[in-house]
Amino acid sequence: MSTVVSLEKYIHNDLVRRVEELSGQDLLACYQCGECSAGCPAAFAMDLLPSQVIRLLQLGQVEEVLNSATIWFCAACQTCYARCPKGVDLSRIMEALRELAMERDGDTLKHTEIPKEELEAFPQQAIIAGFRKYTL
Amino acid sequence: MKISYFPGCTLNTKGKGFDRSVREAMAALGVELVELPDWNCCGASFPLLVDNVLDLVGPARVLINTAARDNKLTTACTTCYNVLKRTNRVLREDENIRERLNYFVEADYQGQVEVSDILQLIRDEVGFEKVKEAVKKPLNGLRVASYYGCMVLRPPREVAYDDPENPHALDDLMAALGAEPVRWGAKAECCGNYLVARKPEVAMEMSYRVLSSASRAGAEVIVANCPLCQFNLDRWQRDLTLTHGGFEPIPVLYFTQLLAIALGLDPGGYELEKHYVDPRPLLESKGLI
Repeated sequence: MSTVVSLEKYIHNDLVRRVEELSGQDLLACYQCGECSAGCPAAFAMDLLPSQVIRLLQLGQVEEVLNSATIWFCAACQTCYARCPKGVDLSRIMEALRELAMERDGDTLKHTEIPKEELEAFPQQAIIAGFRKYTL
Repeated sequence: MKISYFPGCTLNTKGKGFDRSVREAMAALGVELVELPDWNCCGASFPLLVDNVLDLVGPARVLINTAARDNKLTTACTTCYNVLKRTNRVLREDENIRERLNYFVEADYQGQVEVSDILQLIRDEVGFEKVKEAVKKPLNGLRVASYYGCMVLRPPREVAYDDPENPHALDDLMAALGAEPVRWGAKAECCGNYLVARKPEVAMEMSYRVLSSASRAGAEVIVANCPLCQFNLDRWQRDLTLTHGGFEPIPVLYFTQLLAIALGLDPGGYELEKHYVDPRPLLESKGLI
């Protein structure tokens, strides 16, 4: 008697589906050309390159991505999206991942953690955009 | 001409020098900016989740507010431009979101307002030739790095009015003012945006890459079009001289400050003294102030 093991539910799991739903992006459209990683201005600070984030998601490894620092270093500059030959909007995927990580772990920016002199110096838009991106 | 003008939260507070130079320069070019009454913040970032309709309410309200009195809206803050332009596109193209938003804010808006950035307005409605004729104090010999950042370029299909990989509208304007635009590689690279609120050291390094590219190209000054770009590029330069050997501070102005000065206007209200790297010694040495 043979047993057929389906990997579908492990690879295309519920978390992957949520990333797809929230971002509106087709993760399998990516063919790993690496254009996003090559052009990303924040890649120097990332532990996973942008293209590696998508690759892990294609393989169902959402937890690994949620635990990486990369998702917090995406500045939504959209250079990756502008250059992606497959039209994948990676900044939307990053936003979906931040959302899932904060649903799990809570907000990642507290106003009390920003030094007072910086809080006073920041242009308003830095504070507004910062709290939009780093809190639920 | 007369056009509705959205200052946005930063130009109303930290970026007053930007706001004032925009209003005065545009008046000198024959464009009357009429401040939108009862405006609200655009949200300072375009929401990227497909079901985040709530964060579209702010910018949608600005557009609806405009539609009641004008079919055109311009803004000098390029982040506001980006958010308003993209929100307007959603309202034009997505029937479902349009209906939900209209129902929520009790309006009947179809996306009819045309949103423009102030540089785009100068290029398309005034024309750089006319700007050139209006120059009273040419910026002769000033080597300028024109910085575009992200917001007027990306996503290209939604917001760009210029070549997204090699934009030149701002270089063309600077040339019309008599300056010498330098050729440089980082004109469309990100300054770090909101990362400054959570990871300032990363934003600082991203800004360093922009600054050092401008310096290598021989620029004496950088001109910016967004208050957060201006801040990120300007704010950390003293720290950068300590962490990056050979780094020399370079002033970062708003492009409209140079425009207004070239048009012969008094820069007394442009808050040049509030910039972290003082631009006044350079401008004095060029006989511009």
